Amino acid sequence: MSWIELKNIKKTYSGAPAVRELNLKIEDKQFVTLLGPSGCGKTTTLRIIAGLEEPDSGEVIVDGKIFFSREKGIFVPPEKRRLGLIFQSYALWPHMTVRKNISLALEQMHLSKEEIDNIVHEVLEKVQLSEYIDRYPSELSGGQQQRVAVARMIAAKPSIFLMDEPLSNLDAMLRVDMRAELKKLHHDSGATTVYVTHDQVEALTLSDKIAVMNNGVLKQIGTPEEIYKRPEDLFVARFVGSPRINSIEGSLAKKDGRFFFEREEIRTALSEIDDSDMSRLEKLSEGKLIATIRPEDIGVSKTAKPGWLEVVVTSVLPAGSETILTVITKGNVELSLKMNGFTDIKRNDRIWINIDPGKTNYYNEKTGKLILSYFK
Amino acid sequence: MADTPLARSAAFTKLKFQLTRLRYRTDIILSIIFVIVFGFLVLVPLIKIIIVSLTYQSFDMRVIRDMKKLGTFTLYHYKRIFASDFSYAILVKPFINSLLVGFGVTAMAMLLGSLLAWAIVRTDLPWKNFFDSIIVIPYMMPSWVIALAWLIIFKNNRVAGEDGMLKILFGITPPDWFSYGLFPIIICLGLHYYSYSYLLISGALKTVNSELEEAGAIAGLKKWAVLRKITFPIVLPALGSSFVLTFTRSMGTFGTPALLGLPVRFFNIPTQIYASISMRNMGDAYVLALILVVLAGIAIYINSKIVGVRKSFVTMAGKGFKNRMNSLGSWRYPVAIIILLFLFVAFLLPLLLLVWNTFLLLPGDYSISNLTTHFWIGDSDYRIASGEPGIFKNPGIWNGVWNSIRLGVLAALINGFLGLFIGYAVVRNRGTRLSKSLEAISFAPYVFPSIAMGAIYLGMFAKPLGPIPALYGTFSLLVLIVVVKNIPFSSRSGISAMLQIDKSLEESARLQGLPWFKRFRKILFPLTKSGFLSGMILTFITAMRELSLIILLVTPTTRVLTTIIFAYEDQEEVQHANGVTLILITIIIIANFIVRKFFGNKSLMGLKES
Ligand SMILES: Nc1ncnc2c1ncn2[C@@H]1O[C@H](COP(=O)(O)OP(=O)(O)OP(=O)(O)O)[C@@H](O)[C@H]1O
Ligand SMILES: [Mg+2]
Repeated sequence: MSWIELKNIKKTYSGAPAVRELNLKIEDKQFVTLLGPSGCGKTTTLRIIAGLEEPDSGEVIVDGKIFFSREKGIFVPPEKRRLGLIFQSYALWPHMTVRKNISLALEQMHLSKEEIDNIVHEVLEKVQLSEYIDRYPSELSGGQQQRVAVARMIAAKPSIFLMDEPLSNLDAMLRVDMRAELKKLHHDSGATTVYVTHDQVEALTLSDKIAVMNNGVLKQIGTPEEIYKRPEDLFVARFVGSPRINSIEGSLAKKDGRFFFEREEIRTALSEIDDSDMSRLEKLSEGKLIATIRPEDIGVSKTAKPGWLEVVVTSVLPAGSETILTVITKGNVELSLKMNGFTDIKRNDRIWINIDPGKTNYYNEKTGKLILSYFK
Repeated sequence: MADTPLARSAAFTKLKFQLTRLRYRTDIILSIIFVIVFGFLVLVPLIKIIIVSLTYQSFDMRVIRDMKKLGTFTLYHYKRIFASDFSYAILVKPFINSLLVGFGVTAMAMLLGSLLAWAIVRTDLPWKNFFDSIIVIPYMMPSWVIALAWLIIFKNNRVAGEDGMLKILFGITPPDWFSYGLFPIIICLGLHYYSYSYLLISGALKTVNSELEEAGAIAGLKKWAVLRKITFPIVLPALGSSFVLTFTRSMGTFGTPALLGLPVRFFNIPTQIYASISMRNMGDAYVLALILVVLAGIAIYINSKIVGVRKSFVTMAGKGFKNRMNSLGSWRYPVAIIILLFLFVAFLLPLLLLVWNTFLLLPGDYSISNLTTHFWIGDSDYRIASGEPGIFKNPGIWNGVWNSIRLGVLAALINGFLGLFIGYAVVRNRGTRLSKSLEAISFAPYVFPSIAMGAIYLGMFAKPLGPIPALYGTFSLLVLIVVVKNIPFSSRSGISAMLQIDKSLEESARLQGLPWFKRFRKILFPLTKSGFLSGMILTFITAMRELSLIILLVTPTTRVLTTIIFAYEDQEEVQHANGVTLILITIIIIANFIVRKFFGNKSLMGLKES
């Protein structure tokens, strides 16, 4: 059992808040990613869990044991928390060989020489670096250093792994491979993992749960699917997904007993809604609202179709497996679309698109909060 | 409110939290200890100087003749020094002389230092490595060695004793101004302090990436504009540092002005302080010392304003870039020969003269028949040198050798570790008030003129002080004062060494469960070892050649080589003085050589100043 709970964590650096009122619960054996733009407080949060940073107030609880609480006068130092942490820079000790890097902490644990040796070989085998045991960190490639950092961490058998952008120093190809390895590592060890990244693809592929942060505030925590399909606010909607989600400002309308979202010639039906829902929605949206739809959820046709919207293509960006189009409607709304593979559509072509009401979320324009979602 | 049980228990949890937390924050604990201890060792002296300067001292009783006033508040000393008939003699003249020496030496040293640095670092001069390694040797010699040599050549009998070499060999009697006083003081100190400027400026020039300059040239800057806009700003901190260093040191220096100034009653502030203290006139001495403190403070302030506090930190351990060399063309060899000649005059000639001089039975008689080995290996002979036995047979000198080495090694070790610990405490707490106070207080001994600091420690430790027993007359007192005086330098090198270690290296060890001591021993220490060693060798050199700091504190059993030399010179036993000087220099050079040999050759390059 290794669950982590952060209660009302606050941390300021000389007056500037880095984390405000953070509440977060991470369950046993879960892989949780802290995702957010640069400077949003991810690293700070991770360091608070590790004990390297002391919050101004709040509690850090692991397995029901309080690690930090100013109010209760409790502080368990990082030395005693028995957590594993991988730094962005790996923080390998440059004057020690790989073997020594791994064994230094083990020597602290009153193990016999053979036991230590066995563990060192075992973890190096796990990360496939056995033949590099006597090298110094500077004699290893970035990816190998990263794996030594992993080996060093798992050698001490912590039940919680903390990782701060461990892949950000690697090139794109290697990053994809290492992602798979980290996922396997988590699977094999069953350690609860908190993983910091600003790369949403990494977050989506690796996590059981994603916690999206902005400006020191936890915006939403949920499974990757929830985060992707049902972002609780516009920040999350816009931060996750590439290209960026389409957002269309508009208002509610009622025609012939049916309800619509309207913006110039764009009109999407709101299904399964009656009058009472409508008045609730009107209240929630305070008049104006924003509809969002992912680029891949917009239908594309080269020929006119009934009810589809005519648009002009303003750019075509092929990327191999997919092509990103940007288009502009007659009412000057700009949208991005995603098509599979390559396409013969060119700039300035006329095409027809379909904004699927079954893939659209609606937000309050002022607060940015979700008011109606297609994904339950 | 403090009395309600709730408030009491809240205060208790607060305390409990701080205590559990502090147990694992060695950086904070170290900071607090250092601030208290250094505060005591630095601020107490300063306060003491101020108090003494503001109260009647026993010396004043001769004039005042009112014993009741002893120790009471007075502006007497300030009046005496700033506004009395004595002002001109005690203050104005020494003050002007100190400034003249300060500016003269600084100008000469910086000119020489930067020209040499430029020639050696940035041109295609031949024999560069040889020059680079040999040019810093004057740094290892006591600053007054050249003064000793000057006296051998240019002494004139109008002032004291025998004639100099010039008179004897060529029959020319040099005029007084040439033999003694301001002129030779500036020349001799300039020939010593250029090595500081050289070290700092060459270090900065080595970090100037010539690609930057090329980029400037490509961007259309003229050669002169490149120098002004790119090269100059990069070396500016080094220039500023060497200005402050040379100016404060040469203004506050004692040895050379004592040797070359006192015979013609040329006083600067340090020799005036020495004279006052010799007469036990502490009040005057301390007012003068305060003036030196203020002057040093002003120089540092101006430097930090011009260069910027942050940038004034010059790192000598910079990475060497590939530098494109300026071509000297057909001047390559002539310039090299001029530098060779310069080096010959700046340190080989003085040393040779000292060596030669030690073999002369009667100083000034250069005939073959006057040669003798008596001063090295002779037994005591009452007809020569008041019966002092030759240097190698002289237990007093051997004792001095032992004391000097002991002092150097102890101070080097203590300062080395202190520097690392201070560096650790300052860097880990960067930005906090505690860290800033520690940094400031570690720098404070810098502004104390050595001679004044010696005088204060003399008074401070004559009696038991709190838990500290009376240290006067003990060897520990010498170690203590040398360590304190060197803290500014060792803390600087400690700080810059620690800054080069990413804190994640220690943090990852923390998470792995390593306690502080083990982290220090296994990770921080090995990674800062080269900075540590260079700091140590610097302290060793400084401690070995220290004179003015300890001259007031030594007793017959704790005499070190420098004070032995000074005493011999005082008694006109020049052969002994010169011989012991040679021994001192030999020890320093051998020690430096050993350290370079065994621990890499960067040792002297670790010189850092601000
Ligand atoms: N030691 C510190 N002193 C002062 N401010 C700090 C310190 N560490 C972090 N901050 C500030 O706190 C905020 C959060 O920083 P943090 O490092 O947690 O961001 P992050 O989300 O990890 O960003 P990145 O993705 O760039 O690593 C930032 O505004 C940062 O400037
Ligand atoms: Mg970060």
